[in-house]
Amino acid sequence: MALTGLEIYKSLPKTNCKQCGLPTCLAFAMKVAAGQAGLDQCPPLDPKARAALEEASAPPQQLVKIGAGERAIELGQETSLYRHEGKFQHPTAIAICVNDSLASTAIEERGRQIASLKFERLGATLKVDMAAVFNVSGQPRGFVEAARAASRASRKALALVSANVESLRAAGEALREERPLLWLMDAAAAGAKAFDMAKELGLPICLQAPGFDALVASSEAARAAGLKEFMLAPGPMKAKAALEFLSQSRRAAIVKKFRPMGYPIAMLATGGDSAQTLVEACWYVLKYAALVVVDTTRPEEILGILTSRQDIYTDPQKPALVDSTLHTVGNPGTDAPVLVTTNFALSYYSVESEVEASRVPSFILPVDTEGQSVLTAWAADKFNGKIIAKALKESGVESRVGHRKVVIPGYVAVISASLNEESGWEVLVGPKEASGLVPYLKSQWKP
Amino acid sequence: MHTQDTAQTWASAVNTVTIGATAAQGGTRGRTVAIGGAKCIPWLAYEGEVGHAPAIAIEIWDAGAEEWPAELTRHYEGVLNDPGAWAKRAAEFGTDLICLRLMGTHPDMANRGADDAVAAVKAVLRAVDLPLVVMGCGVDEKDNVVLPRCCQAAAGENCLFGNVRDKNYRTLVAACLADGHKLIAESPLDVNIAKQVNILAHDVGYPLENIVIYPTTGALGYGLEYAYSIMERGRLAGLGGDALLRQPVMADIGIEAWRAKEAYAPEETLPGLGPAERRGPLWETLTATNHLPAGAELLVLRHPQAVANVRRAIEELAGASSEQ
Repeated sequence: MALTGLEIYKSLPKTNCKQCGLPTCLAFAMKVAAGQAGLDQCPPLDPKARAALEEASAPPQQLVKIGAGERAIELGQETSLYRHEGKFQHPTAIAICVNDSLASTAIEERGRQIASLKFERLGATLKVDMAAVFNVSGQPRGFVEAARAASRASRKALALVSANVESLRAAGEALREERPLLWLMDAAAAGAKAFDMAKELGLPICLQAPGFDALVASSEAARAAGLKEFMLAPGPMKAKAALEFLSQSRRAAIVKKFRPMGYPIAMLATGGDSAQTLVEACWYVLKYAALVVVDTTRPEEILGILTSRQDIYTDPQKPALVDSTLHTVGNPGTDAPVLVTTNFALSYYSVESEVEASRVPSFILPVDTEGQSVLTAWAADKFNGKIIAKALKESGVESRVGHRKVVIPGYVAVISASLNEESGWEVLVGPKEASGLVPYLKSQWKP
Repeated sequence: MHTQDTAQTWASAVNTVTIGATAAQGGTRGRTVAIGGAKCIPWLAYEGEVGHAPAIAIEIWDAGAEEWPAELTRHYEGVLNDPGAWAKRAAEFGTDLICLRLMGTHPDMANRGADDAVAAVKAVLRAVDLPLVVMGCGVDEKDNVVLPRCCQAAAGENCLFGNVRDKNYRTLVAACLADGHKLIAESPLDVNIAKQVNILAHDVGYPLENIVIYPTTGALGYGLEYAYSIMERGRLAGLGGDALLRQPVMADIGIEAWRAKEAYAPEETLPGLGPAERRGPLWETLTATNHLPAGAELLVLRHPQAVANVRRAIEELAGASSEQ
């Protein structure tokens, strides 16, 4: 949490020496609190006081960067317990596990499957973020080869998961440029050796230990060893215990400002029962996990997890909007249908995806309703005949089509007369739900 | 630091609402179902009592369900126009309650009258001994004619009737008071309107303790996060002591989830998204289970596989308390 200017001032030399370029120490403290100056601009500051200030002003949860280039992801630095108090910042990374004891062809096939899991929803591309290579073989050599193959085929950032520090060192060295996450399955047993390795390689590490107390011990040891960028994983857990742990660790970090828990959390959702494991993966996404490892490449399951993530990481302060300009699907000609909806992203994309499915090239005009859905906007008088008529006029659609027929959502059939009067367009009442658009456009629409 | 240091203490608990009445209680149900009672944020057992396990109600219609997606109707073949037989099938799928939605009375659908609706309610009560939820078709004028007659026909059974809204509540509130039924209070994703509906019902003499809140439900990928956050906000306020938000919460899952194309569309129209017979039930399952951490206590479902999945998920949560 950010410190106030006065809190910072207390630790400054209070000599008003002006070396920072400001007239007084208090003025400097205010600049630092506002993020407009750094503590390094104060040469006389006692190093111990500086370290304490930096620690105190650090965010309650560490940011961890994994992967390089286009595969890079950032995890952690969350600031709220509930999304209505503040948007969740860094979407949970979804990793699919890869077993290093499989044949190299099987590993490459798995990698290709991971790469292929991509979905378009609400104007965004949803995809898996990571491949998590498990050192099931226990040997460094097979692990390095498997990690290379998984990286090549999946084109994802990697988590390298092993209880063997030598395996992690070998694979970490081999793939260092790709900035993999080194996931140490038994942090307590490995001890300082693992911290040295992470520091030498300059790679982020995930410390796994069974449950809250064991993780606090590991985290304190890592902090004492000077490690900064790490994550914590409680290991295999039953769902109910896992949900409790996730809340406890988030509350410890954010509410209690308990530094040893101020790190992003990685969870395993790799149990046997596929539906229940899927449910649990989604729970972990909703409730604070920064990284979730799953053991499935079924598209319907991955889509469910990624959609849960898309939902929960939406900014609750601002409705998702689309441009309220004229949109086209396909290459609409002068006899193409013109459909109006609102600029609320859910409304617009529901319409757009159905129009795409109908294969009828069309114009869609999302009227600016400040992000309200059709019925809400209608009730608030933001989706009425006058406003839609004006939007039609300003969109330039009149020069794009030869006809003057506009399709409105079925729920607002009552505005037909006023829209006709205001615009001069013939008003056609479309289906109530977007799902009715395919049959409507195919069989009912006529220019 | 100990984990217990992160527990919050709450001034209040979620109300417990019991649905159904056995013979000893003046009804004919084989058992009753209680929901609510939590004294903690959902599922944080280390913080306080988690209350009753969430209950599942399978949704059936009096008429008109032929329009449901094929992936659903194939499980209810032969019973779609026979509420009694449909209720029996639902009971076989392992539901806690039956939710009879009287869509056949909708003016734009079969536009059936109150007599037909009463017959449907009676048929369900005769066919199974599970507690009953009865919902109107959602058109105020029609519901105000149909639902009081149904309340009367089910007098003594302690059903859960709905939905009342801020613009239409007097008739159904009065009928539920007269015939001893519990009440669903609906609000459109708005904590203040949720409180307002409760105040309105309370002002005409209905006990707040008998109300189940329906804050609206969003399907996975179609606004789920709005419902999720409204439920979280309501629950925080209720546990904090606000008597107008202490009610247990219903989530109307099936009707929302099966509106999503990811649920209903056949594989030909959504290539690459997996087989429809898996995708549909999973979409409904996740829509349901994603509402559980926010505090949903009564889940209205449709697909038997979703019912089985959600049952399993509830067992995981309601099982023995965790250990570190």
